[in-house]
Amino acid sequence: MTAIDERPAPPEAPEERERKALRISWIDLFLWGIRIAAIIVIVFGLFGSISKFVAGEGLTAQGWRDLIVSSLAQGAMYGLLALGYSMVYGVLGFINFAHGEVFMSGTMVGFIAANWLFENGVWTSNPFLAMFLVLIVAMITSTLVAVLVERIAYKPLRGAPRLIPLITSIGMSFFLQYTFGGLFGVGFNTYPPPPEVIAGSVNIFGIDVRSTQLTVIIIAILSMIGLWYFVTRTRSGRAMRAVAEDKEIAGLMGINVDRTIVLVFAVGGAMAGVAAMMWSLLFRSVNFFAGFLPGVKAFTAAVLGGIGNIAGAMGGGVLLGLFEGVGPLLILGGLGIPGVSQLKDAVAFIALVLVLIFRPSGLFGERLGSEDRV
Amino acid sequence: MPLLETRGLNKTFGGVHAIQDLDFEIEEGEIVSVIGPNGAGKTSFFNVISGIFEPDAGQILFDGLDISGHTPSQITKAGIARTFQNVRLFPNLTVLENAMVGQHCRTSSGIFAAVLRTPKFRREEMMIEKKAKDVLGFFGTRLVGYRFDQPAFVLSYANRRRLEIARAMATEPRVLLLDEPTAGMNPRETIELTELIGKLRDERGFTIVVIEHDMKVVQGVSDRVVVLDHGVKIAEGSYQEVSTNEDVIEAYLGRPADLEGAK
Amino acid sequence: MTTVTTSPPRTASERSPVDRAVMRRVLRVGVLAGGVMVYTAAIGMFQTFNDKEIIDPILSLSYLVLFAIPAVAGASFSKRVAIEGIETEPLSTLDIAKAAIAGAIAGVVVALFALLVDLFPDLRGTFPKLGPQMVRLLTLEYSVASGFIVLPAISAVAAGAGAAFAWIPERIRRPLLLAGASIPVLSMFEPLVDDLFDEIPAITDFLYSPAGALTITSSIVVALVVAGVSYYLRQRDPIIKKRLSQSADVSVRRRTTIVLAIIAILAFVVLPQFLGGIMNELLTNVGLFALMALGLNVVLGFAGLLDLGYVAFFAVGAYTTGVLTSPLSPTWDPVLSWWFAFPAVVVAAVLAGLMVGTPVLRMRGDYLAIVTLGFGEIVRILLLSDWLSPYFGGAQGIRSIPGIPVAGTQVNATSPELMIYAVLVFVFIAVYVSWRLEDSRIGRAWAALREDEDVAEAVGVDTVKAKLLAFVTGAVIASFAGALFAAKVGTVFTNSFQILVSIIILVIVIVGGMGSLPGVVVGALVLIGILGGPNQPGLLQEFGEFKLLIYGALLVYMMLKRPEGLLPSVRRQRELHQDEFLQDAWLDKGEGDEPQSPGPSVAEPGGQA
Repeated sequence: MTAIDERPAPPEAPEERERKALRISWIDLFLWGIRIAAIIVIVFGLFGSISKFVAGEGLTAQGWRDLIVSSLAQGAMYGLLALGYSMVYGVLGFINFAHGEVFMSGTMVGFIAANWLFENGVWTSNPFLAMFLVLIVAMITSTLVAVLVERIAYKPLRGAPRLIPLITSIGMSFFLQYTFGGLFGVGFNTYPPPPEVIAGSVNIFGIDVRSTQLTVIIIAILSMIGLWYFVTRTRSGRAMRAVAEDKEIAGLMGINVDRTIVLVFAVGGAMAGVAAMMWSLLFRSVNFFAGFLPGVKAFTAAVLGGIGNIAGAMGGGVLLGLFEGVGPLLILGGLGIPGVSQLKDAVAFIALVLVLIFRPSGLFGERLGSEDRV
Repeated sequence: MPLLETRGLNKTFGGVHAIQDLDFEIEEGEIVSVIGPNGAGKTSFFNVISGIFEPDAGQILFDGLDISGHTPSQITKAGIARTFQNVRLFPNLTVLENAMVGQHCRTSSGIFAAVLRTPKFRREEMMIEKKAKDVLGFFGTRLVGYRFDQPAFVLSYANRRRLEIARAMATEPRVLLLDEPTAGMNPRETIELTELIGKLRDERGFTIVVIEHDMKVVQGVSDRVVVLDHGVKIAEGSYQEVSTNEDVIEAYLGRPADLEGAK
Repeated sequence: MTTVTTSPPRTASERSPVDRAVMRRVLRVGVLAGGVMVYTAAIGMFQTFNDKEIIDPILSLSYLVLFAIPAVAGASFSKRVAIEGIETEPLSTLDIAKAAIAGAIAGVVVALFALLVDLFPDLRGTFPKLGPQMVRLLTLEYSVASGFIVLPAISAVAAGAGAAFAWIPERIRRPLLLAGASIPVLSMFEPLVDDLFDEIPAITDFLYSPAGALTITSSIVVALVVAGVSYYLRQRDPIIKKRLSQSADVSVRRRTTIVLAIIAILAFVVLPQFLGGIMNELLTNVGLFALMALGLNVVLGFAGLLDLGYVAFFAVGAYTTGVLTSPLSPTWDPVLSWWFAFPAVVVAAVLAGLMVGTPVLRMRGDYLAIVTLGFGEIVRILLLSDWLSPYFGGAQGIRSIPGIPVAGTQVNATSPELMIYAVLVFVFIAVYVSWRLEDSRIGRAWAALREDEDVAEAVGVDTVKAKLLAFVTGAVIASFAGALFAAKVGTVFTNSFQILVSIIILVIVIVGGMGSLPGVVVGALVLIGILGGPNQPGLLQEFGEFKLLIYGALLVYMMLKRPEGLLPSVRRQRELHQDEFLQDAWLDKGEGDEPQSPGPSVAEPGGQA
């Protein structure tokens, strides 16, 4: 047995230290560069917008208010969608990329119900019943799709490395998209116009708010209350929290882990169904690709609010909605960039990138299971 | 001058003092055991030295230069290698590849050299393989021959521990940090490893810090023993001195008064 | 005690739960198969496939696919799970009966569906694929009522045949299967065969009908030839196997690989000369996707970083080439030749790799995937926006990009038989670079990083540097593809750089096998060659509408059933099948290697623990 003949050269520590200092600061410098650039863009954009506003150009005060309210409504929708990502990540530790498609399935099947109700006159004669029925149909569809996806694609992968179920869910997402594209055709389907009761606007505290947007916000609040009650006050909710905390221990305590996981997907799917109904009120037109962007944005919202954190998901959704709705005009418009509305999605994606780089644990704190905590 | 020295080292995790004002030193060629009850901060001590955590305060001097705040790979390159309490190999790489990865920080061929297979690259690869086989050969025939090409996960528990030590040796360190090297081994394997730790110093010239629970091993290998409790050094000295030290006995067993009280 | 061959006589009440379980299973399989059959019709796949004849005029692709479903379902009844120590239940006619019943149930489900569509013609308003044409095809042009007899009957026969297939002795089964498969394959690859043998019209005239499918005669001949050849080869199989096992040591196997690689390269060099424009165009697309997949393989397969925005680097390559070489590029005046633009492309790709790579270095693996997806979309949206259209042409993109000037001619889409060589050169470079890198100090560092990032760092691998290196290498390889793509099509616009491209490249890498170079190249050949890329047609135009559906399904299927890919790399194989390896290693030790350990003193002491 030969010993290593040469001793390792004495460490060149001084040089080493310099190089290390350089390297660390190189990445940090880069990140700080991004931070500073973002701040500069925001400050100059705000400044530009304010001076424009003062000069009487661009949007009026009412215009800004409308923009904020509609962004809030959209944000509420993102928030409900974000719940699905957040809960699944909290319990299983992977990104359910197909959740956007769960939502899309709700909008598509909800459309059939709405159309049928419209043709039979229920939509106009009894608008609240009609909307309720559409909501129920969308919720049932999304729940079924979510549970089915879990059964087919994720259940066999329990305990696989994190990227495996993520890749599976990407495949599932495309499979669902083109399944619905095949079933419904690739064109846009347009929901019937909203019933008259919510077609106008309401004056709240001196601000005119479109009724559809108000409805959306109210539904979101009610759903959140219902969900909060379910998670904190019921047996199943407690089981869910226990499983999220530690699957193994929860199993030992007599909780049926598999059934609880199905429940998580079902609840996430139901919330996606509610979001689907909101989408129909806000945008009316749907096609098979409608789930992709809201899905990615809702995931951003989930991370922003702290993944696994249920209240955080809603907060993140509202924040993202505001950022995406108001941001392009307020900041990019202020910089004099043309065609800011085209950049709406880019702004959302930039928000995604910035959040994941600088605040991956979210604004309100992560709630991860024991095996995912670092 | 000691080869590795910490001065006033501090590390807290959310209010828990893992290490408090720790002064530690080890001379070149020494074997020092770090012992203490569970949760005494032994592994945290290793994690801070090896750069996995940055200390909150204090200095880590290696060969007289402060290495605190460096990344783990830089510290390994500087000459401090470690093993982990719960063996962490690259399970799907072969035994030989595991050891070869250890040579990464001692070699420098870049992407172009690898693609063009320059003479320097080929020489380096040959040397990497030779060194890797050499460190694996240190453990007798356990990790050689047909074992070279077996994935690491098929190894027995004891062999995994040996491979982890071999991988650390392959980084050509001056200081070797061994975190409970005999945990989970049977008595025979433990005795064998105790001898090997001595050989690591005598034949290979490593300076060694060992975290160990097995007092026979501690007695067998240590030039000096450092006792930690709640992140504080409570005793230091030869095994004889430490094992009769009242504070140490108290840390391990609790105060006699308590025992009497319990009766 | 090993088996329960003679079951004690059981009373009716004891037997009933078993029977009920069997009945439930038959019902479940039948309904499931029927559901899948209905699914193919409801998404329009069945109807589209009707345009493709397999055996002219008796079998079209649609019916082949439709009745393959009950056949596969039926085969599941003859499947026996082999558990060591327990003798499997022998095959029985009961299995065939069960399968046939399940098939009949499936047929009834389909017939019910046809009836439903027939009764509610309004469904077509929402579901455009459901209409009288579908009903007509689904009931084989009989009436809806007789569909309730015809469909269950055929499905039952198909399912029964599927179950009976297991009865055929192994040495006949394989040739039969191959012969059966050869007919649809040859029929569907008619354009390729046609193109290959267009000098010898006798072959194609014999094989194919004017509709481009095998005739009844030719399909019988093909089946007989294939069956005969494979039967003959199987008889000789033991000899071949023996020869292979003798040469099982690494150096010989490596030599075989090299010989195979050389043959493949030669084939690629010679083949384009024999192929027509369309085939060369197809192969060029295959090459471009193979190139990108090789790049992603470095990032994902070697270093374990899932980059979903990989198309952005492709776009960087294409747009840099476009801006620098096109006389019509909006702001950049000097017109460079492709060769002078190329270094700039590489520099741009390196910068892009660093820009994307640096901020994501410290991120969790799954977050990294989403961030890169975000980056990819940001690049596309910005290129499309009014804001940057003065530089990149917005929705119109950049036109009039010249080809690659070689010896006085321009190599571009008008000369696909030359373009293919340009692409092949770069594919070869990418394969060579990946191959060399994998087996080097950097490749080992990547493997370590993929296995356990923290430990890699602790063992002295600078993970930051290793990750960046992987990102940049991948980016540069993708930018090659971009530069070639721009020269080939002459126009770059954002439509070519959708997220779908990233996903399809991911599918190629996953299907081929993460980290496996032959896997990735073959994956590109099979997937892009047959199904095509997002904007590029493949060989089977009939699948065009459904290729993304199939890609998605493939991704799910591979992850569930064969995550290591079709041609797995050794490391991935180990990673995903650790338990089997453990068994093998145990057996190895027991049989072959024990004599190597000299004496009892060093024998494995673990046994005493």
